[in-house]
Amino acid sequence: MKRILEKLETLDRRIIFIFIFLSIAIPLLLPVNMDFSVTPPVRSFYDAIESIPPGSKVLVSCDYDPGSMPELFPMNVAAFYHLLSRDLKVITIQLWPTGTLLAERAMSEVLKDLPVKEYGVDWVNLGFKEGREVVMVSLGTSIPKTFPNDMHGTKIEDIPIMEGVNTFDDIAMLVNISGGLPGTREWVQQVVLRYHVKLGSGCTAVVAPEFYPYLQSGQLVGLLGGMKGAAEYEKLIKRPGTARRGMDAQSVSHIVVFLFILIGNIAYFSVKGVKKRLKV
Amino acid sequence: MRREIPIAICFLAGIFYTLELFIPHRQVLSIFETVRQWAQILIAFAYVLAIANILRVNFHAIQKNQRDWPYKVVLIVSLFFMITLGIFFGGIGEGTIFDWVYYHAQYPLQSTMFALLAFFIASAAFRAFRIRTLEAALLAVTAVLVMIGRVPVGEELWNNFPDFTEWIMNVPQLAGKRAIMIGAALGAISTALKVLTGLERTYLGGE
Repeated sequence: MKRILEKLETLDRRIIFIFIFLSIAIPLLLPVNMDFSVTPPVRSFYDAIESIPPGSKVLVSCDYDPGSMPELFPMNVAAFYHLLSRDLKVITIQLWPTGTLLAERAMSEVLKDLPVKEYGVDWVNLGFKEGREVVMVSLGTSIPKTFPNDMHGTKIEDIPIMEGVNTFDDIAMLVNISGGLPGTREWVQQVVLRYHVKLGSGCTAVVAPEFYPYLQSGQLVGLLGGMKGAAEYEKLIKRPGTARRGMDAQSVSHIVVFLFILIGNIAYFSVKGVKKRLKV
Repeated sequence: MRREIPIAICFLAGIFYTLELFIPHRQVLSIFETVRQWAQILIAFAYVLAIANILRVNFHAIQKNQRDWPYKVVLIVSLFFMITLGIFFGGIGEGTIFDWVYYHAQYPLQSTMFALLAFFIASAAFRAFRIRTLEAALLAVTAVLVMIGRVPVGEELWNNFPDFTEWIMNVPQLAGKRAIMIGAALGAISTALKVLTGLERTYLGGE
């Protein structure tokens, strides 16, 4: 028994890798679709968009890359779908060069369900602009001067949706899909208080705790944290997507990690005894 | 003068941008807007500088046959390959060759790198969450509660698990996070003041 415990204490990490792989792969192949409730930050995000009058314009900044795509792409798709299905006008920009094609692809997925939505009338992609915080602040003084063309090179004045859009005063809400820096923190610091814009954020689970202070202070109107946040949002808009499908895998893998922590501690204390191990 | 002039420029630029927050007059704001446009142009030129730097560093490593030099060849070839696709083969929009390469090469490569984290985090959690002290016990228990409570299986185990996890996020977690943020902000303000007034000069190199 002692030998088994000793082996468990120094378990080969490749065994852990195999268990993690199986705990993710099996639920993805054989889903059970466990149900879940919606948490307040996600509900607030949804309610903030629901409260915007149809026809209003919403700026969506897609600032992420393929690395964070499994978490952020589903919420990007869900946000575009929610906005367009409510007859809101979507103006999307990217402060990450990798975000441009992801935003395009997210919109393509949405347009399969909403084929009547027209480019230039219901939505527009202004593309990527380098400059990070400088671009954020510039949008506050002039959106057309900051983005004189859309991503295809069409002049802003020739795009119907951009008519009457000059500053953040003409934007009903700002949505940021944030994979890091520049992202939600910079939008809050540079734009929210200075221009009094409503900001909703979708971010990776690992940075979500950092944004809770902004949520509590009202600087964020809602927060989608990681794949779970995206799955809850998909549930609210009644359009299950890849985040919903990932929930079983995430549940099982978290349980497996918990079991490994438990086994590690049992083995750790059993081999030399609790008294010798504890550093009180 | 080698030190005084940069300090003066730094002071004036810092004061200039601080004033923007206190003088919201339209004519004043238009000056800031012009300066921001200059900044964007400068940043665009930084890309050219960055490419030149990448070439210089990597060509040097290739010439010297340094360790992993074949990867540096791949980097330079990929860099020019993507630039060529973007400029000469239909742009970067959806359906272009650039898009195809991005979606079938960069996307799986970058996703794979990020996905590996799941394996390493599991392995690290197994080794790191040993309950050696009271603090370690608190950390491990909280981590497990949040980890289980934020996935559907937690709710299956206990109906109020998500609410309990939200409480952890909204009260103890947020208190700690806010304290760190306020501390960091006060530190940033004092450092900024030292830089503006010329007391902190390490950015000039030396001293």
